[in-house]
Amino acid sequence: MNGLVKFMHKIKPTFSEGGKLSFLHSTFEAFESFLYVPGTVTAKGTHVKDAIDLKRVMIIVVLALVPSLLFGIWNTGYQHDLAFGLGWGFWQMVWYGFVKIIPLYLVSYIVGLGIEFISAQIRGHQVNEGYLVTGMLIPLIVPIDVPLWMLAIAVAFAVIIGKEIFGGTGMNIWNPALLCRAFLFFSYPSKMSGDTIWTGGLTRYLSDGTAYACGNGVVDGFSGATPLVHAGQGIQGLDSAGLSFMDLFIGNIGGAVGETSVIAILLGAILLIWTGVASWKIMLSSVIGALAIGFLANALATDATPYLQLPAWYHLVLGGFAFGTVFMATDPVTSAQTETGKWIYGFLVGALTVTVRLFNPGYMEGMMLAILLMNTFAPLIDHYVVEVSLKKKAKKVKIA
Amino acid sequence: MSNIIELKRGLDIPIAGAAVQKVKKVVNPDVVAVKPTDFRGLIPRLLVKEGDTVLAGSPVFADKLSPEILFTSPVSGTVCEIVRGEKRKLLEIRIKADKEQKYENFGTAKVNSLDEASIKEKLLESGLWPALVQRPYGIIAKPADRPKAIFISAFSTAPLAANPEFALKDEFENIQTGINALNKLTKGGVHVSFNRANYAGTPFHKFENIVSHIFGGKHPAGNVGVQISHISPIMKGDVVWTVSLMMVAAIGKLFNTGKYDMGRLVAVTGPAAADPSYVKGIAGMSMKDIAEYCRPDENVRFISGDVLTGTNVGADGFLGFYDNQVSLIKEGTDCEILGWAKPFRTKQFSASKAYFSWLTPGKKYEMDTNTHGEPRAFVLSNVYSKVLPMDIYPVYLLKACLAQDIDKMEQFGIYEVIEEDLALCEFVCPSKIAIQAILSDGINLMLKEMA
Repeated sequence: MNGLVKFMHKIKPTFSEGGKLSFLHSTFEAFESFLYVPGTVTAKGTHVKDAIDLKRVMIIVVLALVPSLLFGIWNTGYQHDLAFGLGWGFWQMVWYGFVKIIPLYLVSYIVGLGIEFISAQIRGHQVNEGYLVTGMLIPLIVPIDVPLWMLAIAVAFAVIIGKEIFGGTGMNIWNPALLCRAFLFFSYPSKMSGDTIWTGGLTRYLSDGTAYACGNGVVDGFSGATPLVHAGQGIQGLDSAGLSFMDLFIGNIGGAVGETSVIAILLGAILLIWTGVASWKIMLSSVIGALAIGFLANALATDATPYLQLPAWYHLVLGGFAFGTVFMATDPVTSAQTETGKWIYGFLVGALTVTVRLFNPGYMEGMMLAILLMNTFAPLIDHYVVEVSLKKKAKKVKIA
Repeated sequence: MSNIIELKRGLDIPIAGAAVQKVKKVVNPDVVAVKPTDFRGLIPRLLVKEGDTVLAGSPVFADKLSPEILFTSPVSGTVCEIVRGEKRKLLEIRIKADKEQKYENFGTAKVNSLDEASIKEKLLESGLWPALVQRPYGIIAKPADRPKAIFISAFSTAPLAANPEFALKDEFENIQTGINALNKLTKGGVHVSFNRANYAGTPFHKFENIVSHIFGGKHPAGNVGVQISHISPIMKGDVVWTVSLMMVAAIGKLFNTGKYDMGRLVAVTGPAAADPSYVKGIAGMSMKDIAEYCRPDENVRFISGDVLTGTNVGADGFLGFYDNQVSLIKEGTDCEILGWAKPFRTKQFSASKAYFSWLTPGKKYEMDTNTHGEPRAFVLSNVYSKVLPMDIYPVYLLKACLAQDIDKMEQFGIYEVIEEDLALCEFVCPSKIAIQAILSDGINLMLKEMA
């Protein structure tokens, strides 16, 4: 390994100012700092520094996403197996899911990192590590059968419009991964909603008449609808689809790749909260917001409105709520920055999500839009929180 | 008995190399330097030329804007070199010390019989006036001002800082005289803050004519700026002064002995220091005088002050006017393969739980000067507030400084802070943002615009 460092030091002059390949210095620095912590010393300010850097922060978020990813890989195979009645064993399901998900990751990282590198190169900036997380998130929030070219366009849109035009990681207004999903949703609605997109292989079955690798037809009574759709008929809808609260909690159900298992998401949440990378205040207040609107709906419900009767806590395990709350709403760049603001922001994310679910039967998944909307308003929330706090302080000083 | 103010937020940096309480040697200074760069925003007017002989207390340069503020030589000897930097900026006046020290005689005086004007005059002519630092901005106090109050911190929580009870063990009388003198300069009283941990044990709590406060907590609880913000926050238009306990002792000595005596016990600390301990030194002493503390083959950084706020003076540099600590740490030029991805890095400290140093709370670390990452934009929003026990929004303040927006800087509390108060934020920052430099630029802009 020391040889590697020596080699990098040897070729460094080529990429430094005045070298033949100096125009590639951003790229070189990205690889250099990826391979090892460079021997850069402090120049001004504190002479010693904490060991933490953004790479470490990002790698922790990536780690927190691993349980969801692993579960998603298995669940993709499991759903495929259920739909086509294949009677597969565990490893067959995992292999199927693996084969389906790897291309999503390849597209996500190649397109996304490619754009990151190019734009860093153009601006002469350093390559930011923020995309490590975005690239990990994107495949987890899209339907498994999304066409790769669409994904590529959506990733490009998310990185360029969502991040680079604002100046890169730390400057963006909206969560890039959610922007990617929103782009897919609004540009290709037929591929992003409905009942036929959430199960791996179904798209191909519908067009070719055969499923990937087997050739079976779908089993009788297969609907492909996600639990959210069933939930539109209230608790009876879920019951008749054979979905219990535990099913939704464990996550062996249809949905976007990584969002189904609340258990896996909670594992990630524990890591994020323990390390302090994501704000527990946002997570908690989002849950409170969802429950508040959920209970309000329960109170207002009549027999004519079964969807309002759905017990409030079901909203926490349905659809993308848990995933969005833990991994998306807590994005430190696009969420509220002040501690009080985080409570308000999280509460509104949860409340808006459930509101959209209950009153917009056309599109049940409110999480994406709720978070993007609150991303937009986060600076406003912060502004008022800061104003109030400054006024309070001025008053306190006057009295004293 | 005064109120105890317990500060919950903060961080004691576990760096190895605390000085043991013994005086290892007495430095007989050969060449000392007086550095205009120790004072923020100062434009010096040189009063000596090479070859001039000076006494300890003879003026060397003056403040161009308020010429009554004099800066004097800590030793008697001959001006041997005047060092200038870019654009002929005056950096150092080096003075070769005599074998036998001779002092300018400012005359002893009973403080109680002196009035405000004569105390000020004495401080100005002796070169001790610069010991008084004004807040806001952390510049030398203006002689025409009458401050709202004067604040002194009787303890330091900075990493490896000199222990004031040891470093000032013989100065009790002088400090009391100094406090009496300072009391004449303000109506608001002299506020002294003590450490809760040793309030009863320190002899200093017996001082008279003070308003005492007790603070508990981790660094920066000992920073006078943090203390002021809890005692009486500085608003627009307020002027308060701060003095270090060591400087109060020097002021007291001036009145008690008539001498400008900059002698002090200096803590030589840090992981690169062999046998960290105290030396009897003087302001402006050369780092060469303590060269034996580190091996010559090692690449060591000599810092006048502590590792958070000190100045990198180099192995040939000189101790600063306000400093009684030298920190020696290794330059961290080694590369660490995949360091950021390793699950364990037992030799590195992190205040966050992203590493495992929270498992070994008592451990001291051999820190070096590596940055441990590259500079990035602001990303994490809750890291600074955990180490800043003040009622301000650091990120908003820094962004206002970057945007050079004076109104916003005022709003977000530029009057309350100087660099040392935000130094811990810079230490823990995962984005490696040069917070102290940004704040410094902000303060300089305020000085320019509000003058």
